[in-house]
Amino acid sequence: MSRYSKTLVFFLSLWPIYVISYQIIFNKLGPEPVDRIINHFGEWTLIFILLTLSMTPLKKITKSAEWIKFRRMLGLFTFFYASIHMLSYVGLDYRFDFEPLINDVLKKKFIFIGFSAWLLLIPLAVTSSERMVRLLKQNWKKIHRLIYIIGVFGVLHYIWLSKTIFFKPLIFLIILVILLLFRIKITRSASKI
Amino acid sequence: MIKFKNSGITPENIYKKRRSFIKSIGLGASTLAMSTIPFVNKSLASERDKLTSYKDITTYNNYYEFGTSKSDPYRNSQIFKTSPWDIAIEGEVEKPIKLSMEEISEMFISEERIYRLRCVEGWSMVIPWMGFSLSKLLSKVNPTNKAKFVEFESVYDPAQMKGQRYPVLNWPYNEGLRIDEAMHPLTTVVTGLYGKKLPNQNGAPLRIFIPWKYGFKSAKAIVKIKFVENMPTSSWMWASPREYGFYSNVNPNVDHPRWSQATERIIGEGVWAPRVKTLMFNGYGDEVASLYSGMDLKKNF
Repeated sequence: MSRYSKTLVFFLSLWPIYVISYQIIFNKLGPEPVDRIINHFGEWTLIFILLTLSMTPLKKITKSAEWIKFRRMLGLFTFFYASIHMLSYVGLDYRFDFEPLINDVLKKKFIFIGFSAWLLLIPLAVTSSERMVRLLKQNWKKIHRLIYIIGVFGVLHYIWLSKTIFFKPLIFLIILVILLLFRIKITRSASKI
Repeated sequence: MIKFKNSGITPENIYKKRRSFIKSIGLGASTLAMSTIPFVNKSLASERDKLTSYKDITTYNNYYEFGTSKSDPYRNSQIFKTSPWDIAIEGEVEKPIKLSMEEISEMFISEERIYRLRCVEGWSMVIPWMGFSLSKLLSKVNPTNKAKFVEFESVYDPAQMKGQRYPVLNWPYNEGLRIDEAMHPLTTVVTGLYGKKLPNQNGAPLRIFIPWKYGFKSAKAIVKIKFVENMPTSSWMWASPREYGFYSNVNPNVDHPRWSQATERIIGEGVWAPRVKTLMFNGYGDEVASLYSGMDLKKNF
């Protein structure tokens, strides 16, 4: 079973693609399809950030190292969905018309922080391979702590784009805070040892 | 009940054929035929003026009283009771009055009015409303010389309106206009759309519509119209004064802090349709620009 678990997680992680393909094929994207596509991938990016961040706490809780083997894949899926999210905004919505886009990035704080989060994901994706882990040694860990900042940026991106106090961004915020608190606990208990 | 004869209700597809027929003779016989349709923009033949489908108009709504998602108003408003319904006109007036919906539909004849709707979120529709000028309704009272603004108050009924159970906005929903804006013939009291009774999710039984302002200015399910001396603070101004001003005229040159207002996406045009440029005053500049002559619209956003 555990031999196939990675394959299983891989195909499960493609869920957002299945959903959007179904909606495109059966014309179920609704009255504002472009918005729907952008939001769909934005939300799934956040979910994958949270999933990625859950693996270490799950390892501690279940006392099983199994979870860690999914972490890289989930992280890369985060980058994958963040890229589709960004590209659908740049390409589908703004048709690569860079003048209003640059204006948006500089003037709208939610776009600025979202774009920053995507930029920060690049070094993580680039250094995700086994070779890079060995090459960078201790620095690898330091670089990959960026994911905490990316998580915060991502959730802020969602909160700032909401018109008023909405339910969903708050849920993401609460889960993120819980996951980050785990880190503080972990490092504390680790330093005690 | 609002008085539309059943026979007077036109199915959407025939309605659209009729529209395109009028458009085609309009193009042939130049603007003469056009002038019979009130306030239609000159570029009538363009995509911009294609009527949005009844389905999109009635299932894609911002109406936070029924929930914050676009599909919530349709889902949560179907059992909403709109009868009996009274509208009070009060405040700085000589004699306040209260009218029932029946009285209003007897007093005023609703006509078809096709207007563009531009939402502050950057999307737009073209809607064949049924309604009449607000000035007609307001003429039923005599404002005192103190009256400078008109305030609109929407219904507060958390038992029926789920969204009002949460402090999403400062309930009841509140909006306002300067008196000259309220008296402008384009400012419409809406009682229906597509020749049918106004659906609950669109603000039944009675709402206003101000075509040159962002959609949120057009308050739904109105119960009170109040003449006041000072500029009212609308619900959205309460929520975020930096983002929402009192005037909220459609203006491609003034960005909302979160959305660029230079372009818009037309609802129902599909995934591959490009954004189109947003027009000053939503294209109604010829009619309304004079209301704001000498005003800095960047400051008075």
